Amino acid sequence: MDLQTTIYLVVGLTFALYIGIAVWARAGSTSEYYAAGGAVHPVLNGMATAADWMSAASFISMAGMIAYMGYGGGLFLMGWTGGYVLLAALLAPYLRKFGKFTVPQFIGDRFYSKTASTVAVVCLLVASLTYIIGQMTGVGVAFSRFLGVSNDMGIYVGMAIVFTYAVFGGMKGITYTQVAQYSVLIFAYVIPAIFISLALTGMPIPQLGLGSDMAGADKSLLATLNQVVTDLGFGQYTTHLPESKLNMFVYTMSLMIGTAGLPHVIMRFFTVPNVAAARSSAGWALVFIAILYTTAPAVGAMARMNLHATINPTVMTGGDVFAADAAIEAEKRPDWMKRWEATGLLKFEDKNGDGRIQYYNEKSKDEAFKAKAEAAGWKGNELTVNNDIIVLANPEIALLPNWVIALVAAGGLAAALSTAAGLLMAISAAISHDLVKGVFKPDISEKGELMAGKIAMALSIVVAGYLGLNPPGFAAGTVALAFGIAASSLFPAIMMGIFSKKMNKEGAMAGMIAGLAFTLFYVFAHKGIFFIKGTEYVDLIGGPNAFFGITPEAIGAIGALFNFAIAFLVDKMTKEPPEHIQHMVEAVRIPRGSKAVDGAH
Amino acid sequence: MSAPGNFDSNAYWKATLGLIGKVLAIWFICSFGLGIMFADQMNTISLGGYPLGFWFAHQGSMYIFVGLIFWYAKKMGDIDRKFDVHEE
Repeated sequence: MDLQTTIYLVVGLTFALYIGIAVWARAGSTSEYYAAGGAVHPVLNGMATAADWMSAASFISMAGMIAYMGYGGGLFLMGWTGGYVLLAALLAPYLRKFGKFTVPQFIGDRFYSKTASTVAVVCLLVASLTYIIGQMTGVGVAFSRFLGVSNDMGIYVGMAIVFTYAVFGGMKGITYTQVAQYSVLIFAYVIPAIFISLALTGMPIPQLGLGSDMAGADKSLLATLNQVVTDLGFGQYTTHLPESKLNMFVYTMSLMIGTAGLPHVIMRFFTVPNVAAARSSAGWALVFIAILYTTAPAVGAMARMNLHATINPTVMTGGDVFAADAAIEAEKRPDWMKRWEATGLLKFEDKNGDGRIQYYNEKSKDEAFKAKAEAAGWKGNELTVNNDIIVLANPEIALLPNWVIALVAAGGLAAALSTAAGLLMAISAAISHDLVKGVFKPDISEKGELMAGKIAMALSIVVAGYLGLNPPGFAAGTVALAFGIAASSLFPAIMMGIFSKKMNKEGAMAGMIAGLAFTLFYVFAHKGIFFIKGTEYVDLIGGPNAFFGITPEAIGAIGALFNFAIAFLVDKMTKEPPEHIQHMVEAVRIPRGSKAVDGAH
Repeated sequence: MSAPGNFDSNAYWKATLGLIGKVLAIWFICSFGLGIMFADQMNTISLGGYPLGFWFAHQGSMYIFVGLIFWYAKKMGDIDRKFDVHEE
């Protein structure tokens, strides 16, 4: 069977599975619609959370970013997993005990204020919508690269699939499709990694392969890779850090608290039967996430090694990389390179006209290296490699069979669709439950609310599809914003709501607004007001990364500090929350008396 | 059903915060401590083919996080039962 047919077959089978689940798991009540009836087993919820959480970026882009960043890439690994420790110990069990459908409802009830809940809805909508643009474009990319249809067509098909299970099944349909999607994506990720690890080190487990010796040599893979990249003028792989240590620290912290504060992740813990299950389910979620996240650094390092070995084979033998015949001739480059050049993810330009490909760090600060490069007649780096190549072309680089390539296509789609569905659930619940029922029409019947939920979901899918088809120019910069908002506004508000009995509505609202304003101010300074080109005001704050060299992507944690500080200051100056709220906090802190989540306001 | 009449909410909360404090200390030490701040010193030690600081940043912290959550869930269950506020 040829490659294209195999891909259609595998992707078609997975889609049939998702639709089958949609038919089986329809939601008949608001409890099923918002919380899958509160009866999901903690292990299954862990799997669904893992799929919910791991987006197109985790699946397609992360290994490539790590390959490029080396040691510094660890901030994504620690940041995007460490958040689950915070979620398990600080938020999930208490929010589950509180027992309501949505995150804004907790903030509204705990801070006895519709305004507080509406501020939370706004934070949620901005964070989730910016996030969903990336998923929709991811769906389009996966379709067009692997299935040979246009980007737009891919997005329409993706929207139709999500529509069938999200609108009719709500959280129930989404939960069980996410379980299936997790299974697809984890096989798709791990199988190529096993083959590659086996080929390079003779060790089938990639996590151990990364720490093993090279096959047939007594030098470790990482030491070899360090040698290879430094020979080509790049920073040493195991210590390379693009920004400062302080920035890595703050960036990691921002990703951790941002992860813990993202509503579509928190919501998943409303679907388990009780408080104890919420705790263990966070552990299971991290087990399933860690299977991919501990494989990713192996994929990144090994793919980088393979790439350098392909372009300049002498690096592997420790020979002279500057020799005239060291780099491969452009004519003889492998077919997979030509295929991916067609997509624009790989670009080759023969700058010095010698018919060979020189791939090295032209920005190296090592004078000796630069002198040698010049003496060898190198006129600059000739190969541009997009990060996404590392995962997408991995099976082809390693010469794996067609069905593995097809599996990677299905895995990329599963990762993007599962995250999109989770985000759509958070968005539609905030609209139908927190705005329609909470603010505009409190006397709506359960049937009416269920209908409102389905309409909100359908509309959200249309909006998400529209944004995917017409991605705003700022799409690339916005994922950082989603984490920044969750970290600086939602996480501190929820945490203080549980851990400070005396925190009042004035403090919480002032904190949320201060944290959000600070974060937006800093991000907009670098990237433009609402990401509009030309409106950057970075000179006004004293140049790029003026705040102790911290990059705008990493600023969320500082925003959270502002949030806490302002909240406590305002809280001290205003009056205590009412007695019954303090009792409510007491009740949220103990597990006994937990009940199925409901929507009563 | 709410907590029993003789439930000492202060002692329960103190025990809970004590456990959370330990969890966060381990969380912080393995990632921010050994994986970032002291990574260079750790790198002088090797674990198989891994420099140890690099291992904490790219592997170790994640394994520790997983174990940490299950340990927390178990210990928290013990505290709940000791104060008789566990779920039936």
